[in-house]
Amino acid sequence: MKDVKVLGTGCSKCRSTIQLIEEVARERGAEIRLEKVQEIQEIARHGVMSTPGVVIDGQVVHSGGVPSRAKVEGWF
Amino acid sequence: MRARQRAGPLGPYAGLLCALLLWLAAYRNLASLSEALLGLLPVTRGTHFASALQFFFYDTPKVLLLLTGVVFVMGMVNSYFTPERTRSLLAGRREGLANVAAASLGIVTPFCSCSAVPLFIGFVQAGVPLGVTFSFLIAAPMVNEVALALLLGLFGWRIALLYLALGLTVAIAAGWIIGRLRMERYLEDWVRDMPRSAAAADESAVPLPERIHAGVAAVRDIVGRVWPYVVAGIAIGAGIHGYVPEEFMAGLMGRDAWWSVPLAVLIGVPMYTNAAGIIPIVEALLAKGAALGTALAFMMSVIALSLPEVVILRKVLKPRLIATFITVVASGILLVGYVFNAVL
Repeated sequence: MKDVKVLGTGCSKCRSTIQLIEEVARERGAEIRLEKVQEIQEIARHGVMSTPGVVIDGQVVHSGGVPSRAKVEGWF
Repeated sequence: MRARQRAGPLGPYAGLLCALLLWLAAYRNLASLSEALLGLLPVTRGTHFASALQFFFYDTPKVLLLLTGVVFVMGMVNSYFTPERTRSLLAGRREGLANVAAASLGIVTPFCSCSAVPLFIGFVQAGVPLGVTFSFLIAAPMVNEVALALLLGLFGWRIALLYLALGLTVAIAAGWIIGRLRMERYLEDWVRDMPRSAAAADESAVPLPERIHAGVAAVRDIVGRVWPYVVAGIAIGAGIHGYVPEEFMAGLMGRDAWWSVPLAVLIGVPMYTNAAGIIPIVEALLAKGAALGTALAFMMSVIALSLPEVVILRKVLKPRLIATFITVVASGILLVGYVFNAVL
């Protein structure tokens, strides 16, 4: 079970990121717990400066835009 | 303009060359293209309707081509300036020259207004002075590639350059003043109390094909998003060209009406729209006799300041600092408007 957080203040890019992660995880049969983090303080705590950012098991793996599909596939 | 996106199988360089040649060929034949399109339609030349149509057929492909070109180049340039790298360039610098650097970096660093607050925190946390951070935050949305491409397409390079210079000046001066006012204590407490972090930047080199890919991605994203605004805006502009009498706006927004600049800024500040939506309207205003300074002040205040932005910034700034920020930036824009009307 992977703990995935998507950091972002709710813009359209954040929604596309969440969709993409759900889609890829389903295709690959990876078990994930997806969480949307919109609280600014929480985002700042992860040190992410440009949203959307993605955190997996406490590690920032991506920031600054919708990740490419290939990149997301690499995570699961 | 879709050529760039199909360039994949040819390899990045051959694809780029093909796209460039296609772009040049299209750009050089805009006039004959619009003539040919008009000829296909059953309209009588010389009527209001025909002149509006011709304006539309000429301006739309021209602006879209310029937008695609500029966004592609900026997409590549952006890949050299990540927010992290910009932050490490600015961290710990003294105010003054750093304001100039921050405003200039605001143009080339990729920036999305929804990231403004995390970016603000990241800068302050890494020791970028408050006034320098503001110079960046003012320049980044105001002087952007969409605004510049549209100004270039509709008004020519002189006005585009002028807008660039004035936008930078407002950002540099406003940030410098906010820095002088020593307003660090008007940051929200939790922001001030956050632990300092080092400004580390990932310095790994990005290969050129990947940068070309970044340019293509920017075109797909930005042009794909703003083209309906551009087309709608030019259509409105074309209608006004054809029908509204000349000098209609001269009384309201002309050079002789001293109150027109503050009024334009007052109306523009709470408004929120992107550059693509506002510039065609500005063009129409200008064509009908509005003064250039007034129109530019209106445009700057719409793009640089907005109600939603203030609501977001309120999460990290206390009301007094927000009020100072708005006052300083709006005054700068006001000054730009007056100077322009007086000089030109």
